[in-house]
Amino acid sequence: MTAIGWIQIILYCAIIVALTKPLGWYMTRVFNGERTFLSPVLRPVEAGLYRISGVDDKREQHWLTYTVAMLLFHVGGVLIIYGLMRLQAFLPFNPAAQSAVAEDLSFNTAISFITNTNWQNYGGESTLSYLVQMVGLTHQNFLSAATGIVLAVALIRGFARASMRTVGNFWVDVTRCTLYILLPICIVYALFLVWQGMPQTLGDYVEAITLEGARQTIAVGPVASQVAIKMLGTNGGGFFNANAAHPFENPTALSNFVQMISIFALGAGLTNVFGRMVGNQRQGWAIFSVMGVLFLAGVAVTYWAEANGTTALNALGLTGGNMEGKEVRFGIIASSMFAVITTDASCGAVNAMHDSLTALGGMIPLINMQLGEIIIGGVGAGLYGMLLFVVLAIFVAGLMVGRTPEYVGKKIEAREVKMAMLAILVLPLMYLGWTAVAVVFPPAVASMANAGPHGFTEVLYAYTSATGNNGSAFAGLSGNTFFYNLTLASAMFVGRFFMIVPAMAIAGSLAGKKSIPPSNGTFPTTGGLFVGLVVGVILIIGGLTFFPALALGPIVEHLAMTQGAVF
Amino acid sequence: MLREIRPAVVLLLLLTLITGLAYPLAITAIAGVIFPDQAQGSLIRRDGKVVGSALIGQQFRSDQYFHGRPSATTAPDPNDSTKTVPAPYNAANSGASNLGPTSKALADRVKDDVEKLKAEKPGSPVPVDLVTTSASGLDPDISPEAALFQVPRVAKARNLPEGRVRALVNDNIRGRLAGLLGEPRVNVLALNLALDAASRSAGK
Repeated sequence: MTAIGWIQIILYCAIIVALTKPLGWYMTRVFNGERTFLSPVLRPVEAGLYRISGVDDKREQHWLTYTVAMLLFHVGGVLIIYGLMRLQAFLPFNPAAQSAVAEDLSFNTAISFITNTNWQNYGGESTLSYLVQMVGLTHQNFLSAATGIVLAVALIRGFARASMRTVGNFWVDVTRCTLYILLPICIVYALFLVWQGMPQTLGDYVEAITLEGARQTIAVGPVASQVAIKMLGTNGGGFFNANAAHPFENPTALSNFVQMISIFALGAGLTNVFGRMVGNQRQGWAIFSVMGVLFLAGVAVTYWAEANGTTALNALGLTGGNMEGKEVRFGIIASSMFAVITTDASCGAVNAMHDSLTALGGMIPLINMQLGEIIIGGVGAGLYGMLLFVVLAIFVAGLMVGRTPEYVGKKIEAREVKMAMLAILVLPLMYLGWTAVAVVFPPAVASMANAGPHGFTEVLYAYTSATGNNGSAFAGLSGNTFFYNLTLASAMFVGRFFMIVPAMAIAGSLAGKKSIPPSNGTFPTTGGLFVGLVVGVILIIGGLTFFPALALGPIVEHLAMTQGAVF
Repeated sequence: MLREIRPAVVLLLLLTLITGLAYPLAITAIAGVIFPDQAQGSLIRRDGKVVGSALIGQQFRSDQYFHGRPSATTAPDPNDSTKTVPAPYNAANSGASNLGPTSKALADRVKDDVEKLKAEKPGSPVPVDLVTTSASGLDPDISPEAALFQVPRVAKARNLPEGRVRALVNDNIRGRLAGLLGEPRVNVLALNLALDAASRSAGK
């Protein structure tokens, strides 16, 4: 670990803190339907979209209608991606002549992109045409990100409103989120990325003759436009197989730093939206602080573990940390930060191969996802995941002092706690359950690339990543098999929608409640005590759930490694 | 609920056209005008022919060139399409070894490479990036230590003074951005192009 490394971490945190308030201010205006500086250009487009598609932007929806609208929207998304992948050989923008993608892989990818997971069982440059990359994947990167954000906003409205039956209009929220927030940022961001060296072309793959006279086919494509939304929308599905480690997908140290910032930016801003909408920005900063504490703890562990390297390679006299599966331009620090950030959020882009991280360095990404990706989190998904934990923490605090728990003026009652528990319990059911099946099913075991405890971690990581809608992988696992394509798709689907529906049920029930003014007996939810309580609840619930599985994987592997064992 | 079906279809299609077609095509058009070189892949031409991309590593095996990092990329086996064969620096199929910290295969492979390099230059510590595979398999860079390590071999093979080759390496070291971001590094292709140019002018 070096001073320059720590300065980079501090600089990163400072920039995220600085962005939170302005982004929160702007997003609040967008979702309140107020004018922004882009309105003169975008308002006519917005109104036109509503007119053609028959949306009445004055009419709000009950939480159930809002949820159904969201689900219908996703059915269409699945059909578009699946259809394009199956038919890509007959469609334009296919210079590398990619053939139709298999049924199970197309299904897996369709579910993967609508759930904001972006698990890569496909190979990017070796599997997909430019048309699929653009119309199939880039568009769903926008829409699944917008969906996550608007669901968080709907839940925030549930806390903020009193005695109302509605939580907003899904169509209006999605349209405004896409037009006013995601698209303008992406246009500037994509051009910045091209400037840094990212290709943006519809031309053929390039044939080069190397200095030693060999042929080298260099895959290019419309990369920058997709990578901008991939990072901003915490999607993480790469244009190339190697994702953000590919020099075309992350050319420089600066592109890397900006990509890390863009993973956290909107999620951090949403904590401020929460504070503004419930009428007290300090409520937002309290949640931000919970996330910040957990983030720094994770970075410290992974950075330390990667800088120390592995016993087997250190024994050969090598110094400089664990460089297997890392790029020279990023080195240890930028690779460690990226691994933690991408799993704190539900991004899942990788600039170093997580399969080759040290045992403890790789355990932190795993824990981040198992906690539900609430540390900043996926755009929107992180905030509603965190609010579920807040509901539980408030409930626990209420039990301790014997009062009906309240949060931002709303009574937290049996219905909210049950729904929060349902959402939180569904996640381990998926990732522990499917891992248990996979490790005793011989064809699934055959997909492991590494022997010993590391092979188990590969499988556990895959289901955790799918359930958490992260999409990063211990990529040695051969996931493109019938078994994994289907079971991972089911984990992604349940992990996304069985979290969303209970969260929306809470939104609906909170919106209908009366708002209670704070009294002397109200537990303050803006101070250090509250932050500590929420961190405690997250770690206790998380630890009880997945510690046994971690003991079988990374923990035992670390102990074996320090004894010099190899498998 | 039925009234939600029309927007689910129409709005989805419209937003798909905007974000999936209009947006990437607009970015392609703008980028092609203001950053034409980067947009095409930062290609490097020598004598009018494309010899590679400034951002993509390529394989160097000859003693006359500086070598990049080991690459774990693969290509389909020409004899059996269900299998793959090693194909270092395959820029149409990026990928990594994905071997973990307790992998015997990794430890054995690195041990072999370290021994070869120690035989090449006894007594010098082996730079770690020269014996570990990169995440993309296309890493264009090596550390300054890894480049300096190779100076005696390259100078001997080229019949150039070591000092001349070392100066070329030093000219090609790129530092951290603003002294802070990224790691010091040497682009292997750029260095080897400079080396070829130096050999040519020395030969004249």
